[in-house]
Amino acid sequence: MAKHHVTTTINGEPVEFLCSTRQTLLDVLRDELNLTGSKEGCASGDCGACSVVLDGRLVCSCLVLGAEAEGKTVETIEGMAQGDSLHPLQQNFLEDAALQCGICTPGFLVAAKALLERNPDPTETEVRYWLAGNLCRCTGYDKIIRAVMRTADEVRGEAS
Amino acid sequence: MQSVQFEAPGTVEQAVALLAGATGDARVLAGGTDLLVQLRSHLVDPALVVDIKHIEETRTLVRNADGSYTIGSAVAGAEAHENAQFVADWPGVMEAWDLIGSTQIQGRASLGGNLCNASPAADSVPAMIVAGMTANIAGPGGRRSVPVGEVPVAPGRTSLANGEFVVSFTLPARPAGGGDAYLRLIPRTEMDIAVVGCGVALVLDGGGTVTSARVSLGAVAPTVLLVEDAARAIIGTTLDDDALAALDAACQAACSPINDKRGTIVYRTQVAGVLARRAARIAAERAGSR
Repeated sequence: MAKHHVTTTINGEPVEFLCSTRQTLLDVLRDELNLTGSKEGCASGDCGACSVVLDGRLVCSCLVLGAEAEGKTVETIEGMAQGDSLHPLQQNFLEDAALQCGICTPGFLVAAKALLERNPDPTETEVRYWLAGNLCRCTGYDKIIRAVMRTADEVRGEAS
Repeated sequence: MQSVQFEAPGTVEQAVALLAGATGDARVLAGGTDLLVQLRSHLVDPALVVDIKHIEETRTLVRNADGSYTIGSAVAGAEAHENAQFVADWPGVMEAWDLIGSTQIQGRASLGGNLCNASPAADSVPAMIVAGMTANIAGPGGRRSVPVGEVPVAPGRTSLANGEFVVSFTLPARPAGGGDAYLRLIPRTEMDIAVVGCGVALVLDGGGTVTSARVSLGAVAPTVLLVEDAARAIIGTTLDDDALAALDAACQAACSPINDKRGTIVYRTQVAGVLARRAARIAAERAGSR
């Protein structure tokens, strides 16, 4: 069967790709577009390592068909740093040792960024629930939560 | 494993024509949080996938002039949660929908998908049933509307005929003195499948007496149950201890669960009664606060 010709916007850039129906958006990002920052952990929507923002909504890219991206906007981990300048969340994940093996980290960063854009002053409980769909087997989560809370404090401090 | 045709029609009529004309298995794609997992694990091997999200009617949640709601079958939980009036009117429906998966899943998961996946443990279904929701179905024979509880008929099977799909739901106006609630039990705090789910919707008169009630249980039978004996146990009462005990007993009597890793038959049955008591109290508090 002929492949689907999909026109979309990824991290602000117009992108075209070909995919079969069975290819997920994650498959397309990694295998067709060489955007390998989004990881495949479970491929069933449980682990959040493939998190991206699709038309403004945080989703698991393993649960979106590549063909569904037609006409949509996709934001991935590759769009988070501005050139050599890390996003404050990325900087604080490094400084607070909020990662070890790093497989879950892109998903956590994309999800945490989506949270802070909606809620710049989350409680710890809100952070933990928002990130409950991102699994980490190394850190025990505490350092991740602290890095997100600290980033929220810093960003609010700069804004005021 | 065959190659799969993918279509994203813009109208209900086009979607029906595609589904009805499919030569093999055809699957409707709403949020995809079940379908993509099934595709990946080869539980389904469709010839056609029809993405219904380009149909305006499946994607809109509107409050009608009479206070009822029309909810597109592919509206995502995160979208509904941003509608403050909807959340205020039907907190039980929203809390059941909210329980389906993580933030990421909420960005996609729909009521249409949760219903038509036909899991006995689907969290939104007991809440939809007690709220009196109807499914608005389109098919080759035109449109029809049925109570939500008539759509699932067995685990993984629905009453939808070839070529039919759920376009939207109608949720009645919140009755005066009405309250609803949904509770589920899982072995952890988040991200699991219900051991038992229980939805209760009721109406109180000015004196706090229950004038009407609906009670529904999930994950304790092959399909989600509407337990009429449980409703009868509390109608005409003020939810005193005797009434709650009768509600508990009626719910336990309705259960025919399975043993699995999440809970035994005995445990599920007892929990059904406990959740019904608690959900009825919460629904009554909500009814009284309005």
